[in-house]
Amino acid sequence: MANPPNVREPETRESAARSAPQPQPQPRPGTRRAWAETRERLRAAATTEPGRLWIMGAVVAVLVVAFGGITAWEVSDRSAAASDVVSRSQPLSADAASIYRSLADADTAAASGFLAGGQEPVDVRKRYDTDISTASRLLVKAAANTSGSAESAQQIATLNEQLPLYNGLVEQARANNRQGFPVGGAYLRFANQKMSTSLLPAAQKLYEAETGRLYDDYDQADTWPYAAIALGLVALGGLVAVQRRNYLRTNRVFNHGLLAATAASTVVLLWLVVGHAVASSDLSTSRAHGQESLKVLNDARISSLQARANENLTLVARGAVLTQDGKDLYEAEFTKEMASLTDKLGAAKDLADDSAGQEPVVKAVGDMNEWKKRHTAARKTDDSGDYDGALTQVLGAKGSTGECFDQVDKELDSAIAHEQAQFTTAASDGHGALTGLPLGAALLAVLAAAGAGVGISRRLAEYR
Amino acid sequence: MSGANGSTEPALPAAPGTGRAPRAERRGPGRLRGWGGVAGMALALAVAAGALFPLARHGDAADAATIAGPGVARAVQAKADDCKDPEASLSPSSADGPNIDAIKRRGKLIAGVDQNSFRWGYRNPATRTLEGFDIDLVKAIAKNILGDENAVIYRAIPTSQRIPALQNGTVDVVVRTMTVNCARIKQASFSTAYFEAGQQVLAPKTSAITGFDDSLKGKRVCVAAGSTAFDALKADAHGADYQDFTVPNQLDCLVRLQQNLVDAVVTDNALAAGQAAQDPAVQLKGSPFTTEYYGVAVKLGNTDLVQRINQVLVDYRSGGANSPWMTAYRKWLAADLPGISSPPGPKYRTG
Repeated sequence: MANPPNVREPETRESAARSAPQPQPQPRPGTRRAWAETRERLRAAATTEPGRLWIMGAVVAVLVVAFGGITAWEVSDRSAAASDVVSRSQPLSADAASIYRSLADADTAAASGFLAGGQEPVDVRKRYDTDISTASRLLVKAAANTSGSAESAQQIATLNEQLPLYNGLVEQARANNRQGFPVGGAYLRFANQKMSTSLLPAAQKLYEAETGRLYDDYDQADTWPYAAIALGLVALGGLVAVQRRNYLRTNRVFNHGLLAATAASTVVLLWLVVGHAVASSDLSTSRAHGQESLKVLNDARISSLQARANENLTLVARGAVLTQDGKDLYEAEFTKEMASLTDKLGAAKDLADDSAGQEPVVKAVGDMNEWKKRHTAARKTDDSGDYDGALTQVLGAKGSTGECFDQVDKELDSAIAHEQAQFTTAASDGHGALTGLPLGAALLAVLAAAGAGVGISRRLAEYR
Repeated sequence: MSGANGSTEPALPAAPGTGRAPRAERRGPGRLRGWGGVAGMALALAVAAGALFPLARHGDAADAATIAGPGVARAVQAKADDCKDPEASLSPSSADGPNIDAIKRRGKLIAGVDQNSFRWGYRNPATRTLEGFDIDLVKAIAKNILGDENAVIYRAIPTSQRIPALQNGTVDVVVRTMTVNCARIKQASFSTAYFEAGQQVLAPKTSAITGFDDSLKGKRVCVAAGSTAFDALKADAHGADYQDFTVPNQLDCLVRLQQNLVDAVVTDNALAAGQAAQDPAVQLKGSPFTTEYYGVAVKLGNTDLVQRINQVLVDYRSGGANSPWMTAYRKWLAADLPGISSPPGPKYRTG
């Protein structure tokens, strides 16, 4: 490649090299001699048939090797992107969804524990602690993996700053509640405000940023390897042209070497096209049926968690905070989140493509409707002055809105697990469809180049 | 309590004019600051009125206290203050009437109360029962009408729903630190006053803030949206920054005070005392700079109920230091709102 000058002015350099007192290392003259031969052949090629044959052989061999090389390179690139989808960006997106969910869940648990009185139930306390430690752990993991994403880094910084503050407010609420001070309820509302105006929006942005990165990886894995395909077609065309010329000149139908080269190149091209098509289709499936469903289900889960937190806060605040038009703020927020849950569950049902995916969603819809019914009843009880009755209807173990919420949460959890499994299967299949292709393409290309070389040299031999 | 107010006011030259004047409504007094003449006159009158105050509650002499009022009130908000002595109520009576009969038929008194005001009306998480000064009064009313102090259905109602809840019959009575003023007496009927309150400043014990005065300059002051205190700061903030520290509920101010997000809180001294009771590190500063009366509210025109409650209040006040009122005061309020030696005297009107 770097020697065109040698080709153009070889004699002066050669003679200079020979007359000089050996400034070059030993192999140098040998290399020079090889290049000189090459030059001679090229010169001869313009005029003699063996020369032409030699050039054709070289061109075809280079084309085939280039085809193999480009194929290996482009496919490796897509394979790496597909691998990123499966093993890096989707898990990060799922982790961001978990951070979001853990935070919303912690807020819900804090309000539930508060309502239960001075001594909060052990399982509620444990749930809160688990949520906070899960969120902290995943934040550390996300921070380690967000190299280069300014948006993610910023949101992680916000979450890392705000989470300890939030936790402090919840502990203040607990301490005051234990002493029987109503300011505990104000602390809990303050904590909830921090959660819903600062932490949850940051978690949502983090989730969106990570999901955006996942979609980038999808797009990269999904781009057709145009260069490799074009080069493959050119190489095949070259091989066919050489064989046709051979046939017209010699009346020999087959040249075994060239035939083998053509077959090997055809295999690489077909493997490339089919392999990529299959991978692309599997990735699309994982995206359409796995990832999209996961997104809607995660959103539904957040809505259900926030609805629950607001339902609890309605009983904590007891009308202490109102909307512009004089309605209870938390009741209004509950209604809003339930409407959002209804929408998301409807969308999730439409997206679910098999009965195993639909079943938990359909169940969740049923439980959500029961939740709404029980909530209305609990509000009525509270409004009629029976606060303790309402508390039982919201927090009780049986027949409460809490029971419905737990069911919805459980069903959404299993729907998410199902879609996650679907995603992983389809995306892994997609990645698997490209396995071996880079190495196979390289080997076959070398084989094809060798075949072409053998085929041409057989013809050349006839001139000796 | 009122006597105590009067005696401390001269220490704050501007306060008296405001101190007595807007008693009838919850508007800020500060606009008067520039009215040197008026303030000076008001000061003199208020000192006199303050001395008379404990007696003045009882009728004729009360006019002396209202002299300072009209001019001030008109300057602040003429519309709400177009009445005299809104806290004056109907004469007490033990007679039954249609509304009392309805309660007796039901067997339960339905009371609208607060559940977030420590010492007044709040739910004790340990006992899961409602307690406080307001709750004790509800029990006294239930015992008088139904013979059982526990024959009560409590409904926690937000501040903005107090009058609507009466109008649509959701509750029979509202006992919820509710101030009687000229605007409200057109929407609901009120008993005689059962407590005298005023706006006051709450700050950490170590704070240099001395009250609703220039010591607030440059300080961050928390206030509940739409409250009397907010209007007072709007009229004259004394250089305090309050716009950025307006919260939905007075209790949210204590959270911010403890978190060092604000330096002081301006609210009703009765509610502020509830806040101080939850945090030994804070205290009421200076003296109240307004005067307001809490009354029991019933649906407009339910005169039998008003008269009956006024009778309950007569009994509640009587007995000197051992009256039910003083007993409840000592139990709930004395620790953080000291210096009250007797309940406010009732004021009656005819018709």
